[in-house]
Amino acid sequence: MRGEVAAVPRGWVVAFYGSTIGKKIVMAATGVILVGFVTGHALGNLLVFSGPAALNRYGELLKSSVVILWIVRVTLLAAVVLHAHSALSLTRLAQQARPSRYAKHATQASTFSSRTLRVGGVVLLAFIIFHLLHLTTGTVHPAFSPTDVYGNVLVAFSIPAVTVFYLVAMLALGLHLHHGIWSAFQTLGLNHPHLERFRRALATVMAVGVSLGFSLIVLAIAFQLVG
Amino acid sequence: MKLRLKIWRQQGPHAAGEFVSYETADVSPDMSFLEMLDVLNETLQLRGDVPIAFDHDCREGICGSCAMMIDGVPHGPQKSTTVCQLHMRHYRDGATIVIEPWRAKAFPVIRDLVVDRGALDRIIQAGGYISVATGNAPEANGIPIGKDMVDRAMDAAQCIGCGACVAACPNASAMLFTAAKATHLGLLPQGQPERSHRAVNMVRQMDLETFGGCTNFGECSEACPKDIGLEVIARLNADFLQATLKEREGA
Amino acid sequence: MHLDPRVPDGPLETKWSDHQFDMKLVNPANRRKHRILVVGSGLAGASAAATLGEQGYEVLCFTFHDSPRRAHSIAAQGGINAAKNYQNDGDSVYRLFYDTIKGGDFRSREANVYRLAEISANIIDQCVAQGVPFAREYGGLLDNRSFGGAQVSRTFYARGQTGQQLLLGAYSALERQVRRGTVTVLPRTEMLDIVVVHGRARGILTRHLVTGKLERWVGDAVVLATGGYGNAFFLSTNAKACNVTATYRAYKKGAAFANPCFTQIHPTCIPVSGEYQSKLTLMSESLRNDGRVWVPLQAGDARQAQDIPESERDYYLERKYPSFGNLAPRDISSRSAKEVCDEGRGVGPGGLGVFLDFADAIRRLGVDTIKDRYGNLFEMYERITGEDPYVVPMRIYPAVHYTMGGLWVDYNLMSSLPGLHVLGEANFSDHGANRLGASALMQGLADGYFVIPHTLGDYLASTKLETVDTDHPAFTTTETEARNQIERLLAIGGSRTVDSFHRELGKILWEHCGMARSEAGLKRALELLPELRQEFWSDLRILGSGDELNQALEKAGRVADFLEFGELMCRDALHREESCGGHFRVEHQTTEGEAKRNDERFAYVAAWQYAGEDKEPILNREPLTFDNVQLATRSYK
Repeated sequence: MRGEVAAVPRGWVVAFYGSTIGKKIVMAATGVILVGFVTGHALGNLLVFSGPAALNRYGELLKSSVVILWIVRVTLLAAVVLHAHSALSLTRLAQQARPSRYAKHATQASTFSSRTLRVGGVVLLAFIIFHLLHLTTGTVHPAFSPTDVYGNVLVAFSIPAVTVFYLVAMLALGLHLHHGIWSAFQTLGLNHPHLERFRRALATVMAVGVSLGFSLIVLAIAFQLVG
Repeated sequence: MKLRLKIWRQQGPHAAGEFVSYETADVSPDMSFLEMLDVLNETLQLRGDVPIAFDHDCREGICGSCAMMIDGVPHGPQKSTTVCQLHMRHYRDGATIVIEPWRAKAFPVIRDLVVDRGALDRIIQAGGYISVATGNAPEANGIPIGKDMVDRAMDAAQCIGCGACVAACPNASAMLFTAAKATHLGLLPQGQPERSHRAVNMVRQMDLETFGGCTNFGECSEACPKDIGLEVIARLNADFLQATLKEREGA
Repeated sequence: MHLDPRVPDGPLETKWSDHQFDMKLVNPANRRKHRILVVGSGLAGASAAATLGEQGYEVLCFTFHDSPRRAHSIAAQGGINAAKNYQNDGDSVYRLFYDTIKGGDFRSREANVYRLAEISANIIDQCVAQGVPFAREYGGLLDNRSFGGAQVSRTFYARGQTGQQLLLGAYSALERQVRRGTVTVLPRTEMLDIVVVHGRARGILTRHLVTGKLERWVGDAVVLATGGYGNAFFLSTNAKACNVTATYRAYKKGAAFANPCFTQIHPTCIPVSGEYQSKLTLMSESLRNDGRVWVPLQAGDARQAQDIPESERDYYLERKYPSFGNLAPRDISSRSAKEVCDEGRGVGPGGLGVFLDFADAIRRLGVDTIKDRYGNLFEMYERITGEDPYVVPMRIYPAVHYTMGGLWVDYNLMSSLPGLHVLGEANFSDHGANRLGASALMQGLADGYFVIPHTLGDYLASTKLETVDTDHPAFTTTETEARNQIERLLAIGGSRTVDSFHRELGKILWEHCGMARSEAGLKRALELLPELRQEFWSDLRILGSGDELNQALEKAGRVADFLEFGELMCRDALHREESCGGHFRVEHQTTEGEAKRNDERFAYVAAWQYAGEDKEPILNREPLTFDNVQLATRSYK
């Protein structure tokens, strides 16, 4: 409550995650995991340009150890859940913190990517669910084969609506990474002035690289340059 | 100069507010923004209207009293400048200016453009100090402090507590204010013993005051009339994390 | 009225330490039973409230601001003096004492000033320990600069924001005590009157500025740290809300007001630009370390500064005062500026300005060094005037800045009203007829951190206080009076705003009781002021009500007191037939135009006592004796 003197909360986990900074640090840490994942995912997917054998071999490799596969899956799932939860509660706090809006509010310094982060996050969450049902479980895929990754993607992006949704999601991903990567440095306290140009550049390169990498695959298939 | 002003009028903390339009003539380019409002208030009183309430005092940009959103920007368009130091030469004849109070749950409106910023004092009470009772101090030159270090501390210590950072932040977060004080004290050798506790306690109070959380938009620093940089926020984040990892009890 | 300064016996050097031992103490366990009301939260008020809280007293600290951090101490730019002798240039406690006595033109009390100089070093230690980021050398040790009226470098500074950093230090100490529960801060609460019970100050009456509620507060002692009355002149470098109400009300309740005519006109302010001007902005005196003051040699020279050749410039301070040059004390620099402008040699619109030129310093030291030293001041100047002082010389003109006069206090900082203690600019004690630069911060903190915490204990321990509560008739009467005044102000329903009266009052005082005063002018002012006061009470218009935030009503209460107080100032100036420090009587000057002091007749403190409505106040004299310094004509040549 406003004006209240803080009592010491029990337990450091509650105290840490209960604070706005704690949530932000959790968001940054899980963000680092997810950035690592999407980067690897994008690089792996580029094997589509080496033909069906290469891509399918890669798909088998990923599933070669069930234990590792599930450790990775659980870690990623936890990361996504925590990332989304911290984002959601910070968003809710922000809405509560300014109950009446300005008649006129000019943004001065914030980037487009930072301002679209929340909307983009929702798009990405929807995308992740669709994507899992689409190309991992195959639930919403018209002709899913658990072993033929290459075939699955060819079929997937022959449908224009799916292609468009994927491209929109990749745009959101690019914007998300552009603010998120820079922001993670800030949140984790890595912002010596020497780092400033580097972290801005890194965020831009990663954002463009990852989202373009994924999009190229989708576009190449959609325009039948592959397969 | 002639101006059209749209100003937020609100009779009291619980009253509903609304924008009221005023036309002013005879604005001199050498007037400060507050002098322009003074002149408007004189006119209003002579015609029987209650003058517009706004906080102000030193009119030198240092007390931090004056606070208003001008065309959607805290303290108006001139960078590194409080409203009291903003001069009308930056406006064109015939311009329309929208003026409203800081808006945040933690800063309830008292009247017109006046808001209650007591939350910032309570954040300081939570730990924005070095615990040294009068008479306890060692010789001032006993601990040498590098010029660079003291300059950086001074950069952060310049905060005037006006609340522009909160006003500008899309989350209405008070992170820049809190971090500036934590950084000022945390950079100095005298501030080390309490550094972890200070970070944790100030952040806890900041959260209790119903400010939003920081998500690194960067609007705060741009709006800050004293140019306090985002670097202070990163420092407080790091201090807070370290405090959680290092402290043994209660954090 | 008998004014006993209660200066301890013994040699000057040991008076304070002996006195500290002689004073009675309050047992630590008993301190929380004493409630102290501190009014004001500037350097003096905040440091006093924090320290008394640390000692264990129950402290209430009142401020009319929304936060104690906004008090006007925050605007002090230049620095704070201390006799540390870090620069090895021959400074000592005695030299700081001597400079201050001499700077004050031998109108202050020796013992108080010596104590101030003695304590000065502790202040620096205390502030550094609190985390005040004073400027430092590359080796990590504290840096100093020199200031007007001194030939040693003893001024500690934090860029051009020393007052801000010192106040934030005191404020943080205060907020720490709030957290510990020893101090309660009451923001947006303005003191309207002192409550006197059986001849002692036992409480105050306040108005909550948001709700308009009048509230009664009882205490064992009242500490006023409410600053100076420079805003009597309307245009001054003081913050808009600075006012005389607290001290003037105390005066009306029996505290003597000392030397009200001793006002300081600061030489380096930004000149007035128009009729709408709401206040004047100071440019720190430290600028005079590197800036050179000049005007054209010829009257009416309308050329741009850069078009005036060196041979046609008059660096009048360097010419008249070769050993101090541009660092001549404030009163002398101000008067010299007025003289050259009176000769028609002033610059800028209206001819009320002189140049402060950094061209030489920039050539000698480079832009970067100048930027490092004065960057924020240069920016401020440019924001206000639209001119770039790196390119064209600054224009400056004197403005009212500080008031040396204030409530009379004894060595223990207690006024002539028992129980009422007065600190900082609100008292008269240390600066005589003129204050040296960087000494106000020193005095405020000395009083608050190091003097009052001891002397107040002595008062409490040696006084038998009866139990009083807020139902006491004295409270009721005081509240009724205050309520009546508010209702009266609201009921006038005239045609003029409060600012228009304040502005007119300011013009009268500046004209007749400003930089140069004459018998005829002061007498004229004493005719004009009652007329203006009468008009005020018959033609003022205040809208709104008394039970809400009403800034015009707040101002009206303050201006009502200024209108009465202005008369006291003029009366004091009229009676003091000599020129000393900030008080310059045109009848008393040398043929060269220098001030002529009259030690035989006026080596005393003039402490005015209120005698009742429409009665002439009574003059009480506290003779000033100088056992340790030789009364000399102040010379800065």
